[in-house]
Amino acid sequence: MTEENNAPASLTEIPPRVNEFRRFYRVFLGRGLVAFGGVIIVLFLLTAAFAPWLAPYDPYEQHYDNLLQRPSWQHWLGTDTLGRDTLSRVIIASRTTLMVGVIALGIAAIVGMILGLVAGYFGSWVYAIIMRIMDALMAFPMILFALVIAALLGGGLRNVMIALGVALVPGYARLMCGQVLSVKENDYILAERSIGAGNMRIMLRHIFPNCLPPLIVMITMMMGMTMLAEAGLSYLGIGIEAPAAAWGGMINDGYSRITTNPILSFAPGIAIMLVVFAFNMVGDGLRDALDPRLRGTF
Amino acid sequence: MVNYILRRLVLTVIVILVVTVIVFLAMRLLPGDPILMWVTSDKLQETTVEQIQLLRHEYGLDRPMIVQYFDWLSGVFHGDLGLSMRYKMSVTSEVLRRLPITLHLGLLAFILGFVFGIPAGVICAVRRGSKLDTVITTVTNLGITVPVFWLGIIMLYVFSLWLKWLPTYGYTSPFEDFWLNTRQLIMPVFCLALFPIASTARQTRSSMLEVMQQDYIRTAWSKGLRERFVITKHALKNGLIPIVTLSGLGLGGILGGSVLIESVFAIPGMGRLAIASVQQHDYAVTQGVTLIIAIGIVLANLVVDISYGWLDPRIRLE
Repeated sequence: MTEENNAPASLTEIPPRVNEFRRFYRVFLGRGLVAFGGVIIVLFLLTAAFAPWLAPYDPYEQHYDNLLQRPSWQHWLGTDTLGRDTLSRVIIASRTTLMVGVIALGIAAIVGMILGLVAGYFGSWVYAIIMRIMDALMAFPMILFALVIAALLGGGLRNVMIALGVALVPGYARLMCGQVLSVKENDYILAERSIGAGNMRIMLRHIFPNCLPPLIVMITMMMGMTMLAEAGLSYLGIGIEAPAAAWGGMINDGYSRITTNPILSFAPGIAIMLVVFAFNMVGDGLRDALDPRLRGTF
Repeated sequence: MVNYILRRLVLTVIVILVVTVIVFLAMRLLPGDPILMWVTSDKLQETTVEQIQLLRHEYGLDRPMIVQYFDWLSGVFHGDLGLSMRYKMSVTSEVLRRLPITLHLGLLAFILGFVFGIPAGVICAVRRGSKLDTVITTVTNLGITVPVFWLGIIMLYVFSLWLKWLPTYGYTSPFEDFWLNTRQLIMPVFCLALFPIASTARQTRSSMLEVMQQDYIRTAWSKGLRERFVITKHALKNGLIPIVTLSGLGLGGILGGSVLIESVFAIPGMGRLAIASVQQHDYAVTQGVTLIIAIGIVLANLVVDISYGWLDPRIRLE
C-alpha cells in the first residue's frame, strides 16, 4: 500500500506540480510507434553524422569491372550502373535529406513566424497585405512551386532549400498569425501595455513564447513532408548534382534498371519511408502531448 | 449568405491578382535571361547581337516591366497565355490539350479520397481501439509516408513487368478505348489517391472522435436513437466540417503529386508539361501551366469556402 492512499481524500485530489511533465512523457512516449519513431530518428541522425565512417565503401568511387552487381556479402545492396556500392550511397545520401529538411524548414519557420507575428499583432492593412500574399502563395502546389523556383534560380542543393523553404512559409505564417490573434487578447498583454512596454517587447517577450507549442508540433509534422518533397525534386533531377547522392535521385537512376536490379530503386525508397514515418509518428506524439486541441489539423 | 459569398468573391479576385503578380515577377525577376538561355542551348554561334535584340523585341521583353505585366495580364484574360518559344505555338492550346488529362486523373483521385477516406475514418472513430482501428490507422500512417513516385515504380514493376496484369504506361483517351484507358489509369490514380485517402481518413478519425464526445451526441444516444442514426445524422454532419475545409489543400497536393506521377507513368498531362518546360527553359509554358494550376486551386478553395459557410452557419456571420 502506498502513502497516497492513506492520505485524506482532499489532499490526494491536489495534483503535484511535476505531473505536467510526467503527463507529457507518458503521453509522448506511451505509444509504441512514437518510441519506434524516436529510435529511427536517432539512428538517422547518427547515420548522417557518421556517414563517411559508416559507409563500407567510397560512395563515389566507380568500378567498371563491378557494374550492377546483385546483393551479396561484399555489397549488401549490390552496385549501381557505375559500379558504386548502393549501401554506401544510401548512407551518404542521408546527409542530403537531413540538410535539406532542416535548412528548408528553418527558413520557412523563421520567415513564416516573423510574418505571422507582424500580421497578427498589427492587424488591419498589415494583416491584409501579408495574409493575401500568403493565400496566393498557398495556391501553388509545393512541388510545382519548388520545381519552378529551383529551375529559375538554377539547380543546386542551396536553391532547392530556398525553394522548399519559400513554399512552406505560408503554412507557418497562417498558424502563427492565428495564434497571435488569440494570444494578444489576453489580459497580461493589456497589463504589459499599460505599464508602457513597446511593441517589440510585447511581441517578442510575451506573445511569441505563448504561440510556440503548436508551431513546434507543426515543424515536426512538416519535416516528413519536406523530406518527401526533396525526394520528389531530386527524383525529377533537380537539386542534386552528378556524383552526390540523394534518395530521390537514386530511385530515378534505378528506374531504368527496374527489370534487372529492382533493389537500386527499392532500397532508397525504403530509407525515405522509414525516416518520414519516424518524423510523422514523433510529430503525432508531440501533438497529442503538447496540444491536444490540434488533433487532426494536419 | 449572399453577403458572405460576395465577400469571398472579392477576396478570391484579390488573391488571383496576387497570384498573377507572383507568377509574372518570378519569371522576370529571377536570374536567367530566357532569350539567352533559349539561344545558348541551340545555336549561340550563329546568332548575332542584332538577332537577339530582334527576338527580345518580338517577345516584348524590351519594354518596361509594368507594361509587360499589364500586357500579359490582358492577354491572360483573353485566354492568351503567350507563345511557346520552343514549339512556336500557342501555350493556351497546349494547356487546353493537356488539362483534361490531368483533371481526369486528379478528380478521380480527389473523389476516391472521400469515398474511401471518410468511411475508413468513421469506422476507426466508432470502433476506437479495436483491431480494425489499429490496422486502418497503421495503413493510413504508411499512406502519408510513402513517396508516391517510388510507389508508382514499385507497382509498375510488380503489376506490369512481373505479373503482366496492367499496361506499363501511357494515356489513351477514354473516348477512344475506354477499357484500355481504365487499365492504364488504375496505377497512377491509385498512387495519386493514396495520400488523399490516408489524410482524409486520419482527419475524419480525429474529428469524429472529438465530435463523439459532445453533449448533443450523448443526448442523441439517450433518446434511444440507433447507432447508425447517431453517427450519420448527428456526428458525421459536424465531423465533416474540418474535412471540407482541408479538401481545398488536398487538391493542391493532388496536382503537385501529378507532376511526379505523370512523369513516372509517361502521362501527357500538365505535370509533364511543367517539367518539360522547366528543363527546356520554355518560360511562357512554365508561366502558363503554373498560373492555370494556381488559379484552379484558388477557385477550388472558393467553392470549399462557400460550401463551408453553407454547412456551418457560424462561419457566415463571422
